[in-house]
Amino acid sequence: MEKRVVFQNRFLPYLLVAPQIAITLVFFFWPASQAVVQSVLREDAFGTTSYFVGLENFQLLFEDEYYANSFKVTALFSTLVAVLGLSISLLLAVTADRLIRGTMVYKTLLIWPYAVAPAVAGALWGFVFLPGPGVFAWLLGQMGVNWNFHLNGNQAMFVIVVAATWKQISYNFLFFLAGLQAIPKSLIEAAAIDGAGPFRRFWTIVFPLLSPTLFFLIVVNVVYAFFETFGVVHSLTRGGPAKSTEILVYKVWYDGFEAQDLGGSAAQSVILMAIVIGLTVVQFRYIERKVHY
Amino acid sequence: MAKVSLQGVKKNYGSIRVIHGVDIEIKDGEFIVIVGPSGCGKSTLLRMIAGLEAITEGSIGIGDRVVNDIEPRDRDIAMVFQNYALYPHMSVFENISYGLRIRGMSKADIQKRVDRAADILQLQPYLQRRPRELSGGQRQRVAMGRAIVREPSVFLFDEPLSNLDAKLRVQMRLEIKRLHQQLGVTSIYVTHDQVEAMTLADRLIVMNQGRAEQIGSPAEVYSNPATTYVGGFIGSPPMNFVPCKVEAGQAVLDDGTSLALPERLRGTPAGAYILGIRPENMHVAQPGQGAQFTLAVDVAEELGADTLLHGKIAGTDVVVRLPSTAGFHDNSRPSLVADMAQVHLYDRESGRNIH
Repeated sequence: MEKRVVFQNRFLPYLLVAPQIAITLVFFFWPASQAVVQSVLREDAFGTTSYFVGLENFQLLFEDEYYANSFKVTALFSTLVAVLGLSISLLLAVTADRLIRGTMVYKTLLIWPYAVAPAVAGALWGFVFLPGPGVFAWLLGQMGVNWNFHLNGNQAMFVIVVAATWKQISYNFLFFLAGLQAIPKSLIEAAAIDGAGPFRRFWTIVFPLLSPTLFFLIVVNVVYAFFETFGVVHSLTRGGPAKSTEILVYKVWYDGFEAQDLGGSAAQSVILMAIVIGLTVVQFRYIERKVHY
Repeated sequence: MAKVSLQGVKKNYGSIRVIHGVDIEIKDGEFIVIVGPSGCGKSTLLRMIAGLEAITEGSIGIGDRVVNDIEPRDRDIAMVFQNYALYPHMSVFENISYGLRIRGMSKADIQKRVDRAADILQLQPYLQRRPRELSGGQRQRVAMGRAIVREPSVFLFDEPLSNLDAKLRVQMRLEIKRLHQQLGVTSIYVTHDQVEAMTLADRLIVMNQGRAEQIGSPAEVYSNPATTYVGGFIGSPPMNFVPCKVEAGQAVLDDGTSLALPERLRGTPAGAYILGIRPENMHVAQPGQGAQFTLAVDVAEELGADTLLHGKIAGTDVVVRLPSTAGFHDNSRPSLVADMAQVHLYDRESGRNIH
């Protein structure tokens, strides 16, 4: 059954959605349109004049090996963050689902990281991994690893993946736990009587029933890794060393605000916009329909 | 197929005792119904037999082995759940064959078994559908199909019909009975519905607050309830209970009415008791027979063939079932005789039947 609210006053509904529409227009549509406009312009060195260059900004981008590198870095980074974040949080959720005592404490503690701002999370992990005095760095040093993520690109990638994943686990955990608790206990019991052991039950019953949650989270995690990890990267590696952790959003900011190439930066924004639109379409069109059992 | 034996089975949740010790030997092929109100421990008992709940004390045997520490999947049982517990992401065929596929049966054998079960349950047209595309009764059948194909030694049913509407429930009840006759598999069936219990059972276990109050055939439990609780729970309307005193082979009601006890109860020591009598064991007094008491009818409920007369005898509420042709209605005052051969005396304290 569909519940519909019927408004007596014809203007009230518009009035009620007006604040949201205003926010969307001012903070989303207007900047987005500015980015599109900017992406076909080029500014002079002092930012006083700009002129139309067509698609030249895009053309330059696709010839730029740093941009290709940034794509690769982002692909690796978001894959690692999504896969690690989802696996760890699924494991934690399954464990929490089995707990009988202390569930509240466990859940509360797991949700805390979500409340930490990305830049702060980055700073925290920066301390942990700080070459020399950092706890983790010290441990690795004891094991004979030459640790310095400011110099080693792979180590730098490792650090931002850990920080970004850690922050996202809470969110994934909540959704997985809710998904697990929505599965009737009798299904698991029926499978146990039918002869399935714990692993079999998980892969043939629980996991398929979690798949809508999982696909939703994959999209959310990829979007997170693409767009919301700027703070983590900025506070930990600043895209370095040697651009080994320069993910796309970081490059947008760097090229625009540090390198002062507003046109190129805007062109990158437009490409990112296209990616996020693509992901959203996938989420709403394809996944919502296909993954339902 | 197998016998099932419960010996001193108890269940505690921490300090809370849920099952106080149940003993029963279930014969091969028998249909046992565990009946009782919600919270009496009947489902817990069934789940202990299934292996879904740990046994605190005592032992449960299926076939020739004690299964206390055996996993549900190795107990050779199949269970039908109240909410059917169908796997929503699998087709009917996949649901029914899940247990067989896990046990690594060959495709041809699986096909054969599923086909046979689908024939018995009339599920052939629905094998490729998902559970959500089925009606309640069809889902119920799929759940049964999943149990049947496994060809287990024991079927366990946990209130399988309580989610169905009244008409379908009666129909499915009959189908379960037929199925049992056809397959002859030992079955244990939990229900709170005493009509289901009476119609399906070879033997009943009437549970009350974690105790088996009475174990016996439906006829036995009905005509000779072991406690006032059983008499009140089995039978609709329930047995009537009227306080009385026994003196010299007579049961004397509070208003002085004196009823001669039958042979088997004549030796009852004098004292205060409860007289139990079923609504259909009171009849209209024939001319010259001499009425034993008069019922002040308060409300008459006509059911068709019979009429239920609600009123008071010696200040206690009772129900009497008389043929509608007797012609009584609200505010009638029929003169009645009790069929004393059918009465029972119960201890006032414990509610136990005095034989």
